[in-house]
Amino acid sequence: MPDFFRRKPTFNREDAEHSDGPVVPDGLWVKCTSCKDLVYSKDFERWYRVCPKCDHHARLTATQRLNYLLDSGSFEEWDRGIVTADPLHFSANGDAYHEKVQQASQKSGQPESLVTGRGRIQGYDAVVAATEFAFLGASMGSAFGEKFVRAVEKAVELRLPFISISNSGGARMHESTFSLMQMAKTTAALSRLGEHKLPHVSILTDPCYGGVTASYATVADIIIAEPGAMIGFAGPRVIEQITRQKLPAGFQTAEFLLKHGMIDMVCRRSDLPETIALLLLHYADATMGRHTPGYAHASTGKEGDA
Amino acid sequence: MTSTAPAWERVQLARKPERPHSLAYINMLISGFVELHGDRRFSDDPSIVSGIGSFNGRTVMVIGHQKGTNTKENLDRNFGMPGPDGYRKALRTFHHAEKFGFPLICFIDTPGADPGLSSEERGQATAIAENLLALSSLKIPTVGVVIGEGGSGGALAISVTDRLLMLENAVYAVASPEACAAILWKDASAAPEAAEALKLTAQNLYEFEIIDEIIPEPEPAHEASDEAILRTGKTIERHLTEIESIVSDQGIEHLLELRYQKYRNIGAWVDQQEAVISGDSPDLARQNGQTAN
Repeated sequence: MPDFFRRKPTFNREDAEHSDGPVVPDGLWVKCTSCKDLVYSKDFERWYRVCPKCDHHARLTATQRLNYLLDSGSFEEWDRGIVTADPLHFSANGDAYHEKVQQASQKSGQPESLVTGRGRIQGYDAVVAATEFAFLGASMGSAFGEKFVRAVEKAVELRLPFISISNSGGARMHESTFSLMQMAKTTAALSRLGEHKLPHVSILTDPCYGGVTASYATVADIIIAEPGAMIGFAGPRVIEQITRQKLPAGFQTAEFLLKHGMIDMVCRRSDLPETIALLLLHYADATMGRHTPGYAHASTGKEGDA
Repeated sequence: MTSTAPAWERVQLARKPERPHSLAYINMLISGFVELHGDRRFSDDPSIVSGIGSFNGRTVMVIGHQKGTNTKENLDRNFGMPGPDGYRKALRTFHHAEKFGFPLICFIDTPGADPGLSSEERGQATAIAENLLALSSLKIPTVGVVIGEGGSGGALAISVTDRLLMLENAVYAVASPEACAAILWKDASAAPEAAEALKLTAQNLYEFEIIDEIIPEPEPAHEASDEAILRTGKTIERHLTEIESIVSDQGIEHLLELRYQKYRNIGAWVDQQEAVISGDSPDLARQNGQTAN
């Protein structure tokens, strides 16, 4: 039987213990940033960094995200060498952009705010792009845009579905119009993906704003958001300042977007691999992709004939 | 106007209420213009005008952000800040133009997309994103002109065109200098410095090869409006003629490929791995000493 029909999520303790999450010594408790309740750290990691009390989905690094989403050991990273060239020699208040980038790189352990590559989700091959929020708020600049487009172009070449997982403050100020144009560039690439009948599944996580929400992240065949994630175009503080309107409770949450018809579903983090795998199974008819258990059996009659 | 005016001065010029706005260009350059209203979904957004008319003997469709010239007009036009209804009206116009094979001309002049409660409820981000997607593969010649303020995604949503032109005193950036100053300087009054740092002038963007041509303003457009508009008309005509001959000689698919490559190639990045391997950049090779040696 294909892995897909397994009822339980494939997460196992060993993966969690080898994940690159925060290193917490045995016996330490972590405080949920939402309900302030204490959770045993190993359980917190094992439960996808979701609070068992209030269901708050804590932010993930790109590495944690990929560890949770992809089959263990299946990730192959691409284009890790691509970094920004600081086209404007930008500096604000004496803070040089190139120094900010170096600090962000040290802090996050990533050379840029987007990690791309290919991997498997419950057996299904896909191209993935995940943002790294600890790198300048996962803002989109030239290097982000270039890595994203290369990944989409590679998906077309390999005939694989494309999965993006985003949280971001938006376009990166320090590269000004270069960043703005990455919105056009990433979206144009997805237009080509669509012409080749390959699906884009976009996963919106907390927080997702500005130029990322207003470009590739909402140009998707399926849009999934994590519970409670804050998603929008303008930030709530900006809206309050400019319009002097009191914002309703729950404004810009994933559930708010679902109610207003902007996303397909809200999906708990622990259910994401299974949900995406099910979708990829359905799209296999269109992509005729590889590594589609069941489908490949039916069409080739090879392997696994019992 | 000298081309060395500091960036902040350009921002002030670009925002002058007396500067000609989209309808002034349309009235002078497009004959028999018929304005078309509404997004067929929810409402008619007055901060975007769209319609059909004749430009130098050919039918075209036109879209523009529309600011007011005084406070009352600005309140009516929401200061040229469209909501999703405005972008969906534009989207309807894109497809309308494509259906009949009419070239599309866009006038860009907005502080940014509307940041309001109802805009968020109706999907501001999605509306902008869908326009970017549509423009990238629209099977007609498209020309965009930044005539005043090119503010962020709200400007981009009608400016992903085959040719992007800019008036000499227009500006185009990822965020307004005030917003950039508030975020990176933690002080909105640092806007003049932010304007400089954002490299938002036509001259900057021409040097970065993000825009295709600067339309000179020997006198600022708010003082010599007719001259600026006529000059703009001539420049649009030249580019449109070039694009039309590309389509007639090499086909629309070739134009779409050129458009894709135009935006595909915008960006300033280095591939450290390649640089180290080829030894192109001694600095980078030094940084990665272990791998280079």
